[in-house]
Amino acid sequence: MTVPVTELESHVTAPPGEEPDDSGVQKVAGRSPTQLALARFRKDKLSMAAFCVVALYVATALVAPILVKTGVLDPLTLHQDLLDVNMGGIPKGSFGGISADHWLGVEPGTGRDVLSRLVYGITWSLFIALSATFVAMGIGTVLGIISGFSGGFTDSVIGRAIDLTLSFPSTMMLLALSGVAVAFMTGTLQVPAGDVANALYVILVLGFFGWPGIARIVRGQVLSIREREFVDAARLLGASRGRLYFKEILPNLWAPLLVYFTLMMPAFISAEAALSYLQVGVKPPTPTLGNILTDSINYSVADFVFFFTPAFLIMIIVVSFNLLGDGLRDALDPKTHR
Amino acid sequence: MTDQTVTSDSGSAKSAEQSSEFAASRLAGGDGRDAILEVENLRMYFPVKSSGVIRRTVGHVQAVDGVSFQVPAGGALGLVGESGCGKSTTGRLITRLYQPTGGKIMFEGKDIAGLSPKKLMPLRRDIQMIFQDPYTSLNPRHTVGAIVGAPLLIHNVVPKKKVLPRVQELLEVVGLNPEHYNRYPNEFSGGQRQRIGIARALTLQPKLLVADEPVSALDVSIQAQVVNLLQDLQREFDISFLFIAHDLAVVRHFCPEVAVMYLGKIVEIADRETLYNHPQHPYTQALLSAVPDVKQAAIGGRRERIRLEGDVPSPINPPSGCRFRTRCPLAQEICAKQEPPLLQIGERHKVACHFAGEIGQHPTKPVTARLLGIDDQGNPDPGATPDPNAVEQPGFADTWYDVQGGHLGAKA
Ligand SMILES: Nc1ncnc2c1ncn2[C@@H]1O[C@H](COP(=O)(O)OP(=O)(O)OP(=O)(O)O)[C@@H](O)[C@H]1O
Ligand code: SF4
Ligand SMILES: [Mg+2]
Repeated sequence: MTVPVTELESHVTAPPGEEPDDSGVQKVAGRSPTQLALARFRKDKLSMAAFCVVALYVATALVAPILVKTGVLDPLTLHQDLLDVNMGGIPKGSFGGISADHWLGVEPGTGRDVLSRLVYGITWSLFIALSATFVAMGIGTVLGIISGFSGGFTDSVIGRAIDLTLSFPSTMMLLALSGVAVAFMTGTLQVPAGDVANALYVILVLGFFGWPGIARIVRGQVLSIREREFVDAARLLGASRGRLYFKEILPNLWAPLLVYFTLMMPAFISAEAALSYLQVGVKPPTPTLGNILTDSINYSVADFVFFFTPAFLIMIIVVSFNLLGDGLRDALDPKTHR
Repeated sequence: MTDQTVTSDSGSAKSAEQSSEFAASRLAGGDGRDAILEVENLRMYFPVKSSGVIRRTVGHVQAVDGVSFQVPAGGALGLVGESGCGKSTTGRLITRLYQPTGGKIMFEGKDIAGLSPKKLMPLRRDIQMIFQDPYTSLNPRHTVGAIVGAPLLIHNVVPKKKVLPRVQELLEVVGLNPEHYNRYPNEFSGGQRQRIGIARALTLQPKLLVADEPVSALDVSIQAQVVNLLQDLQREFDISFLFIAHDLAVVRHFCPEVAVMYLGKIVEIADRETLYNHPQHPYTQALLSAVPDVKQAAIGGRRERIRLEGDVPSPINPPSGCRFRTRCPLAQEICAKQEPPLLQIGERHKVACHFAGEIGQHPTKPVTARLLGIDDQGNPDPGATPDPNAVEQPGFADTWYDVQGGHLGAKA
């Protein structure tokens, strides 16, 4: 798929005052493995396109709150006048009420601006998916490193914990505990009720059930990294466990972590949507991609544009993230596709 | 303990020649200082686990099985042997990367074999290691400055501000550009990487360096440069070396004293001249026959190449008696029954073989039988009493056994 940058291309002049040895193959002065990977990635057009979409998505999520504050976007104001009361609240006009004021039409039943809701929904989705990814990756990475590095009993215990988490009927739990847990957070933990508490619940649940995959991947990587002599060298210097884990080993994991990150994000974006459908998570009128999609499903026949847009948007985002992840994996680990 | 005057057998010309070599060896490294490291009956058995959920121990890899030797202060001991014979394991035991199964590691008179990680901390500054593979021994995500400076930070020996100057100083010492502290290891060649590894090992000013095949991953043209660097460092900083290598050629220039290992045991240990010119163990002789000999090539002669048959047996289930017997051209009944002790047979020469002798002059009767209280077939001999002195010891004694005439006896 991609063409690896040849050593020749990166063969910058050797720094002065060095022994003229080892036939110069290793002398790729000024090109770290990261830079080589970036060069490979840039040559991969599909991945670059995916990267642009993801970048646009993130940028949108960042500016949306500002646009809402300044009134450019208005996800909450009701426009009953734009709805056809006789048709059960379907927007007036064709294509879901698309007009100069409402580029993607208005929401059936409420008349809120669909574009504003989607854009602001992106912010909430990103926030939830990102936070959940961080929670899952944080737990998974730390436990994976400890598991792979320690081996023996610790490894077995963490292995069992992984099995247990994977076999846990998490969706059922999630639904059953939703009310209790949110009440606990708002009551005992003083978390602001409403959107914040609901979002936090989704984040924690996704995070706590999402770590096993990353833990397994990290563990596998650590098993091979710990055999390398630099780990022995650090041990020999009397490095503490913390230093070994986070200074020696963790920096060597960022490639798989980055790939896993880009694959976990879309999974959690979809998961947020699925949970919304099950009435867990941030509730309307605050928009998330999930609750907009849930809402839209009721209008599959009556308002096709409204039904189609959120689904299409989620699909684009998820596919782009996945393509980005694949492209990164290829670029970072050229062995897999050469 | 090394410079006790010993009268050697003045009757034979060979001994006279040897004694001049002894003098040379003393100058070269023994120089009469006490041993900085004394290893006694060191053992490392790695458990072999069964597969499956309940992992029982089903056996042990006897990677190192009772080795004893000394490293003189300021000197260098070479440790040579085929792949898998336990050289690295020995090095890692001494640096206490592994916890030994048994035995003593006396460093400056203190046994460090059983010390806890915490108690080892101050020792880490004194014993350091140079690793075999310069491509995995440096963390690819750390800059050279971070790698060489790490020991200073971990041991908190200099204030943070002073780390960089010290790092640059060290880079200069090992012959690298001190301005390159900001680069990553992948920007350096193998030889340069090994220099970085050496700088890291030097950072804490160690007294003993274990060099685990420090040049075997390098091009032949660079090997000499790195060995020379180590030699300069040894002289400049008065560092003692345990120099591990898999062939005798590399250690020859570096180590006044060399030990040969086979399957977890030392089979012969001697000063350089004796070992290279008068090896007595068939394994050493085979190893040496693989080394091109400049002197002999010059006079037109050639060492006859001794080919060893078969593979190295598994250290999980080593052969009974002498571990070398499955491949030894001289093996006899006694070799399977009795393990030959590592006997001192010269001022600085020990060998573990029932039929120790120079090439073509191996005795026909086991020279060890009477010592061990057995007959020539290796069966217990009720008439004989075993010699209690025939046990392995780290250093060299002032008396030794004369096997040249095929008879045994202590000589003063
Ligand atoms: N951590 C370990 N667990 C189990 N067995 C081990 C371990 N380390 C080494 N061994 C075994 O111990 C024996 C000696 O290994 P060691 O690495 O010391 O050999 P070596 O002489 O250094 O060889 P080489 O020249 O290949 O480096 C080998 O059979 C090896 O398989
Ligand atoms: S003891 Fe026997 S088998 Fe071992 S090296 Fe000597 S002759 Fe060979
Ligand atoms: Mg080794």
